[in-house]
Amino acid sequence: MTKISEFLDMGGYAGFIWPSYGAVIAVLAVLLWLSLRGLKAAERELAQLEGDAPRARRARPTDDGAARP
Amino acid sequence: MTGFRAILMRDLRLALRQGMDSAMVVMFFVIAVVLFPLGVGPEPNVLARIAPGVLWVAALLSVLLSLERLFHADFEDGSLELLALSPPALEVVVLAKVLAHWLITGLPLIVAAPVLAVLLNMPADGFGLLLLALLLGTPTLSLIGAVGAALILGSRRGGVLLALLILPLFIPVLIFGVGAVEAAIGGFPARAPLLLLGAIFAGALALCPWGAAAGLRQALE
Amino acid sequence: MFNYFANPRRFMKLATVLSPWLAGATIVLAAAGLYLGLFASPADYQQGETVRIMYVHVPAAWMALFCYMGLAISAAVGLIWKHPVADVAARATAPIGACFTFLALLTGSLWGKPMWGAWWVWDARLTSVLVLFFLYLGYMALNSAFDDPQRGSKASAILAMVGLVNVPIIKFSVDWWNTLHQPASIVRMDGPTIHPDMLWPLFLMIGAFTTYYLWVLMLRMRRELTETRLRARRQIQAEEAGA
Repeated sequence: MTKISEFLDMGGYAGFIWPSYGAVIAVLAVLLWLSLRGLKAAERELAQLEGDAPRARRARPTDDGAARP
Repeated sequence: MTGFRAILMRDLRLALRQGMDSAMVVMFFVIAVVLFPLGVGPEPNVLARIAPGVLWVAALLSVLLSLERLFHADFEDGSLELLALSPPALEVVVLAKVLAHWLITGLPLIVAAPVLAVLLNMPADGFGLLLLALLLGTPTLSLIGAVGAALILGSRRGGVLLALLILPLFIPVLIFGVGAVEAAIGGFPARAPLLLLGAIFAGALALCPWGAAAGLRQALE
Repeated sequence: MFNYFANPRRFMKLATVLSPWLAGATIVLAAAGLYLGLFASPADYQQGETVRIMYVHVPAAWMALFCYMGLAISAAVGLIWKHPVADVAARATAPIGACFTFLALLTGSLWGKPMWGAWWVWDARLTSVLVLFFLYLGYMALNSAFDDPQRGSKASAILAMVGLVNVPIIKFSVDWWNTLHQPASIVRMDGPTIHPDMLWPLFLMIGAFTTYYLWVLMLRMRRELTETRLRARRQIQAEEAGA
């Protein structure tokens, strides 16, 4: 247990190190999520629209693959 | 050259006829500076300490305020399109308009600055350098501002947008302008900040007309 | 290559193929970098454990500049050669670069407090990065300020190129002025000055940030191009309905 708490304490600098890692992960995750959501919304709408118009080519199947965590 | 002079004289004549442009800018400058003693408190020492910075920031904002209209009226009534079609290159047109803008707004600011410096109790050693730094700095502000003023033509929320685009680019002028005055007050040589101000001015003089002309061209397309 | 990707459809195909690979690379590199950075690397003899902030701060700062270069170059290509995909790339880069710049400032602040005793100091490096952040915001504001998106991308492209003067100022500010911020320690003529145990997590994190940028860039560009097609299709439909 002491090892874990020692690690979490970061030599007394826990209050600076963890927030910076946390902020980086949070900001990048939110940006990623927003970008993915926007892409999915746009692709869905396009597929719908192209489905309505019979002359249009059908939309390619979208990949979500590794994009989801 | 004749085209340059014609545009310059036209802008000056327009400004003189309307009359209020210079007066408004100087009035804004004075009021902005007067707000500081009221906000910070009237202690002479504190005021003397912040005087160079206050004067420069107020000058910066006054120039910014007048920049929005630099191309706007000409853009609205279509004369900008005629100017773009006229024989002098658009870069020359920009340069003439910037010079007119500086004569109308920058010069009155420089005249008003020493009076305000006295009000702020600025040490006498700084006066000469303040004038010199403003003389080098305000035309740079007009030049950089011209690029921003050209880019925002026809946009929504022009004024606020201009501030967002241009103020960050004004920062070097502010830093070295204040640096020169403070060096003179503190008894240090002010050569380095003045040379840097001159370098920024030279760089802006060479590059900004191109940028502003490019901005105007895409606005007129 | 240059002309090849002027066709948005071709670019879309490539971006769709690349996205999962970039996602995988980001996850692997970030996991390795975080493991080495947080667990398997020693504390610095001077800075103690706070040196671990470097593993996120330096990559973020590096990406802030890298993204701006990418933004300015693609904006210039879009403006000069009217390259449609380059325009989209510039627009898609801006928010990512702004996020990296924000993170560089934030983590730098969290590093500065224990090291310098202040959250913020007004030295050349910090001020010029702050200006970079404003440039990103200005670019995005100008880009979206016009009713005609074409005008927005042209005006903001000119702004991006004007803002390019800030990049060398940031890069060399620590060498030109005597500041609190420490000078470059990785890219130097006489080789890096930091210990290899710290170099590895740093490189892994820089790699992770770079692939993250490319990954999100692909996602955002695909979204923009999809939306362009959406608009075109809507227009066709409206015209058909009108006829």
